Amino acid sequence: MSLTNEKTINMYTKMVTARLMEEMIGELFAEGMLHGTTHLGIGQEASAIAACMTLQEGDKITLTHRNHVGCIGIGMELKYIMAEMFGKETGACSGFGGSMHLVDVEKGNLGANGIVGGGLGIATGAALKMKYKKDNNVVLCFLGDGATNEGLFHEAMNLASIWKLPVVFYVENNGYAVSMPTERSMNIRDIEKRAEGYGMRSIILDGNNAIDVYNMTFSAVQYVREGNGPMLIESKTYRISGHSRNDTEQRYRDSQEVEQWSAKCPIKRLEEYMLKNNIADEEMLKDINAQVTQELKEAILFSQNSIEPDVEDLQRYVYAK
Amino acid sequence: MKEITYKEALREALSEEMTRDENVILMGEDIGLYGGNFQVTQDLVLQFGEERVMDTPLSEAVIAGCATGAAMSGLRPVVEVMFSDFVTLMMDNLVNQAAKQSFMSAGKVSVPLVVRLPVGCGTGAAAQHSQSLEAWMCHVPGLKVVFPSNPYEAKGLMKAAIRDNNPIIFCEHKMLYNAVGNVPEDDYVIQIGQANVMKKGAHLSIITYGYSVQKCLQAAMQLKTRGIDAEIIDLRTLLPLDEKTIIDSVKKTGRALIVHDAVRTGGVGGEIAALIAEKAFPYLKAPVVRLAGKDVPIPFNKKLEQAAVPQVADIKKAAERLMRK
Repeated sequence: MSLTNEKTINMYTKMVTARLMEEMIGELFAEGMLHGTTHLGIGQEASAIAACMTLQEGDKITLTHRNHVGCIGIGMELKYIMAEMFGKETGACSGFGGSMHLVDVEKGNLGANGIVGGGLGIATGAALKMKYKKDNNVVLCFLGDGATNEGLFHEAMNLASIWKLPVVFYVENNGYAVSMPTERSMNIRDIEKRAEGYGMRSIILDGNNAIDVYNMTFSAVQYVREGNGPMLIESKTYRISGHSRNDTEQRYRDSQEVEQWSAKCPIKRLEEYMLKNNIADEEMLKDINAQVTQELKEAILFSQNSIEPDVEDLQRYVYAK
Repeated sequence: MKEITYKEALREALSEEMTRDENVILMGEDIGLYGGNFQVTQDLVLQFGEERVMDTPLSEAVIAGCATGAAMSGLRPVVEVMFSDFVTLMMDNLVNQAAKQSFMSAGKVSVPLVVRLPVGCGTGAAAQHSQSLEAWMCHVPGLKVVFPSNPYEAKGLMKAAIRDNNPIIFCEHKMLYNAVGNVPEDDYVIQIGQANVMKKGAHLSIITYGYSVQKCLQAAMQLKTRGIDAEIIDLRTLLPLDEKTIIDSVKKTGRALIVHDAVRTGGVGGEIAALIAEKAFPYLKAPVVRLAGKDVPIPFNKKLEQAAVPQVADIKKAAERLMRK
């Protein structure tokens, strides 16, 4: 399905939502309003959101520790994400999961994972179920460049390939695994090359160009949906935000590099595209930003007014019924 | 009733559950035509096909992860680990993924998964193919750990495990695979979390599980000729532990001997001893005794191997000593 104007506007709205939400979460942490830690995805909005938008009913995603943007991409409601940040009963995980474990099975999010590469096995298994039940669905498995150095990545790639499972391994290469640049953590420039060793098709895309992300991921998802086996996508992008809340100094990269990538802001690029192609005018973009700002305010109010989980329920979910 | 072996009992449970529920699938190394390393899945691939009896590459981590994801999506996978020692290669997927999905999602996700572990020594397979690592698993809330000691339990617990909505670590002792016993002809399950008083007795409680149950039964027969009447508790499930059956027995006899193959330090025996101290201390006539595997890896030499874990004579001796206190 080609990208309609309506879908482009929807995509833009989600990207703005993710950006403003991440900035707000960052501020709330800085003010000491939120507990724990968090991994922001500022700069990676096109990469995650445009990819999620290629999916259809019944498709699933698995996400990483840097998962908030993907949650918006798959259509989770802002207020349930925010309430989970606050650890509230009304949050996506009722306050039991937190920032790294956002989940919404009905919307298609099988769960974010605090273990780097932890979603790889789960995604492979979800795809196995789809194949077994002849569901005509696919799994979009998000992972970072760092995860491709984990053993599970290689086992999952191989298994998905020999079993021809309907899974797309979507590697968001943002250049760093915490502070370790890919140049130092692997002896190849393109992670995409790793697919070849497993007899798997792969592509590279510009993760900061929403239109490219959508179109190329859509083709890959279609190929996988048709039963041709898995694919690997390397989405080249950059994390503008630090690794986590604790990553304040960022001595591992220079500010010039951050500035260069900031100039390639995926949201600004999509705005330019929309204006140039008469998909939206300045006023419409302004309205969208205002509307998202309002929604975010409401989500925070909703979170602050929500109750905390009951200590009596501490052991309630250890085992499923 | 009919008489079958432990491994036949397991195979029957798998086959009957696969017939009953098409969501039950098997995954593991060499479980298809090869029949599994201990022949537990023999011929099941002929009955159910390669779609449901899936030979995997040697990739323990993704076998566990894939089974977890399939379970989260509605299937009921039963995974065979070739030797329980290889579960070390699965630990992230079992401990951080399978065991925590229900909790982290506040009950929105469940993982109906069974992981079968051929456990224990006695086969001369040495240090990397003979361990009893069940205590590790008991330290993870979200997992359940079961350990049948005979064919009846093997079948009933396997059926219960497959029907349970949680990840179950299913320990099978290698020395029991050819053990024979009676099982009912009809469908039955054994409730997970319930211990069984294998033999009633008045003088001391022997609390044990798995292969050690058989050794304890033999020791009890010998003790009887010396006038010692031992009660034997077969735990069946190690997590969650059936505290009531243990405590009731110790309150009655006043003496507790805990027996297992697994190494002593950090073993399940320590947990049971602490439980008895907390809940039945005033009833004790003598200190609790743990008779466990020595704190060594399993050696190759047969004599050394036997010395590494409690044997019938050791159990008898420990019981007699406990009675003298």
